[in-house]
Amino acid sequence: MTALVALVLLASPPAPPDENRVQLKEGPSRDLVVGRCAACHSQDYIPMNSPFLDRKGWEAEVSKMVKAYGAPMEPGEMEQIVDYLATNYGRK
Amino acid sequence: MRTRRQFLVDLAGGAAVVGSGGLFPSLARASDPSSGGASIPAGPSDLPAGTLEVSFLETLPGKRPLIKRSYRPPNYESPLEVFDQLVTPNDAFFVRYHLARIPEVPADGWKLEVGGDAAEKPFSLDLAGLQKGFEQVELAAVCQCSGNRRGLSDPHVAGVEWGIGAMGNARWKGVRLRDVLAKAGVKKEALEVAFNGADQGVLEATPDFVKSLPVWKALDENTLVAWQMNGEPLPHWNGAPVRLVVPGWTGTYWMKHLTSIQVLSQPLKTFWMSTAYRIPKGKFPVVDRFLSQESEASTPITEMVVSSLLTAPRMGQRFRPGQAVEVKGIAWDNGSGIRTVEVSADGGRSWQAATLDQDLGRFSFRGFRYGFKAGAKGEVTVLARATSRMGTTQPSELIFNPAGYHNNVVSRVAIRIA
Repeated sequence: MTALVALVLLASPPAPPDENRVQLKEGPSRDLVVGRCAACHSQDYIPMNSPFLDRKGWEAEVSKMVKAYGAPMEPGEMEQIVDYLATNYGRK
Repeated sequence: MRTRRQFLVDLAGGAAVVGSGGLFPSLARASDPSSGGASIPAGPSDLPAGTLEVSFLETLPGKRPLIKRSYRPPNYESPLEVFDQLVTPNDAFFVRYHLARIPEVPADGWKLEVGGDAAEKPFSLDLAGLQKGFEQVELAAVCQCSGNRRGLSDPHVAGVEWGIGAMGNARWKGVRLRDVLAKAGVKKEALEVAFNGADQGVLEATPDFVKSLPVWKALDENTLVAWQMNGEPLPHWNGAPVRLVVPGWTGTYWMKHLTSIQVLSQPLKTFWMSTAYRIPKGKFPVVDRFLSQESEASTPITEMVVSSLLTAPRMGQRFRPGQAVEVKGIAWDNGSGIRTVEVSADGGRSWQAATLDQDLGRFSFRGFRYGFKAGAKGEVTVLARATSRMGTTQPSELIFNPAGYHNNVVSRVAIRIA
C-alpha cells in the first residue's frame, strides 16, 4: 500500500508554482496596491525591488506602470500607492 | 560602496560562511518548498535583501527547479551548478517574459506571417513549410538576458533582479532568417525587420512585445528561425514552437513563440524599442550599431559584451595548504570568440593564462581551466577575466548604467585555505 501511494505520488506532476506564496505586507492601501498592480504581475515584483528605491524611485516606477504599461489608476490613487510602497518597501 | 562583486551562488554543501564584511559574504538561503523546507541558495549575497526574501527554487511544468525571481510573468534563472556543463540542458534553461498572457502554441496549428511594407511578396507558412522550404542549419549560441546580473548592480536599479543565471548555451536548429526573407523579397528601402510573438500583456493598453533588428543583422547568415534546442523541440517556456535565434546579440531580440516577421522601411517606434533596452551611447566597447534606432544620448542594446563566470572553486570552499585547486569556468562574447582567459590566484596581483577547452563555435560558451596549489593559510580571492578575439577585456569595475545592462565585471570567488 505504501509502495502504491509512493508510485502515485511519483507519477503526479508537481503542483505549478503558486504566486500567492509571496504576499505584500499589511498596511494602509495594501488592497489598493494589490488591486492595481497584481492585475498584470505577481506581488513578488515589489519586494524583489526592495529596499533600495526611495520615494522618488517608487514614484518613477508607478509612473512608468501608468504611462508605459497602461496601468489604470484613478486620480489620487497614485499617491496612496506610492505612500504604501515607500513606507513598506522603501529605502530607509 | 562595495569594492567587490560576488557573482557566485554557493551550491557546495557545508561551505564556510562568515560575516558579510569579510571575504566570505554571507550566503543567502531560502527555504525550498519542493524539498520540505530544506535550506537552498537563493542567489549571490549582493542581491537586494528583498530579492533574496522572495526568491525560491520553484518548478515550472517541464523544467527542473530553478531560481524564481518573479512568478507572473515568469522569470526564473539557472543556479550556478547548471554552468558546470558547457551546453545548458533544456529543462535548466532560464525563463524570461515581459508580459503575462502566454498562450501554449501548438506546433500543428502554428503559422508564421511574413510581410511588411518593404517586402515584395508577403506569405505565410506552417511548421512543415518552414522545415522543408529552406536549408536547415544548427549552431551553438549563448542566449543571455540583457539584464543578467542586474541584481548585482551597485547601486541597485529597478527591474528583474537577476543573479548570474539569466543565460544559457544551446545548440539551435532552424533555417536562416535571410532565406525566409529572400522568399518574401526584401525591397531596397528595407531598414528594419520586426518580430512579434504570441505572448501579450494582460491589458489592451500594455504595449505588445515587438522587437526589430537592423536589416543587416536580420540578413546575417547566423540569425535563425529555430524550432529545436539541443536536439529537442523548443520547450514551451523557451518559445515553442518557433523562436528567433540572434547569435551574439542579447536575448531581447530572440523573439519567442514567433508569429510575425515584418520588413519595414521605417524605424519601429514603440516602447520596447525607443524606451526599453537602451544603453548610454559610447559607454560600452560594442561594434554592432543599430543606427536607425539611435538617439542623441542612447542606443538600443545590441551585442553581448565579453564576460566569464567561475564555476569552480565555489564561493567559500575550503582547501588545505598545498592542496591542488582546480579553477574552472566559462567565457563568452558577441561571437568574435574568446581569445584568452586569465586567472588570478592572488586577488588580482598576478594573472596566468588558463587553458581553453574545446571550441564549440564562436557564439558558444567556451570552457576554461587552470590549476594551482593552495598556499599559506588564509583567505584567497580567485579571479577570471576573459578577452575576446576582438580585443576587449572584462573591466575590473562595473560599468554602471541606469537599466543594469551588460554587467561583465571580472568574476571573483573567495576561498579559504585552512
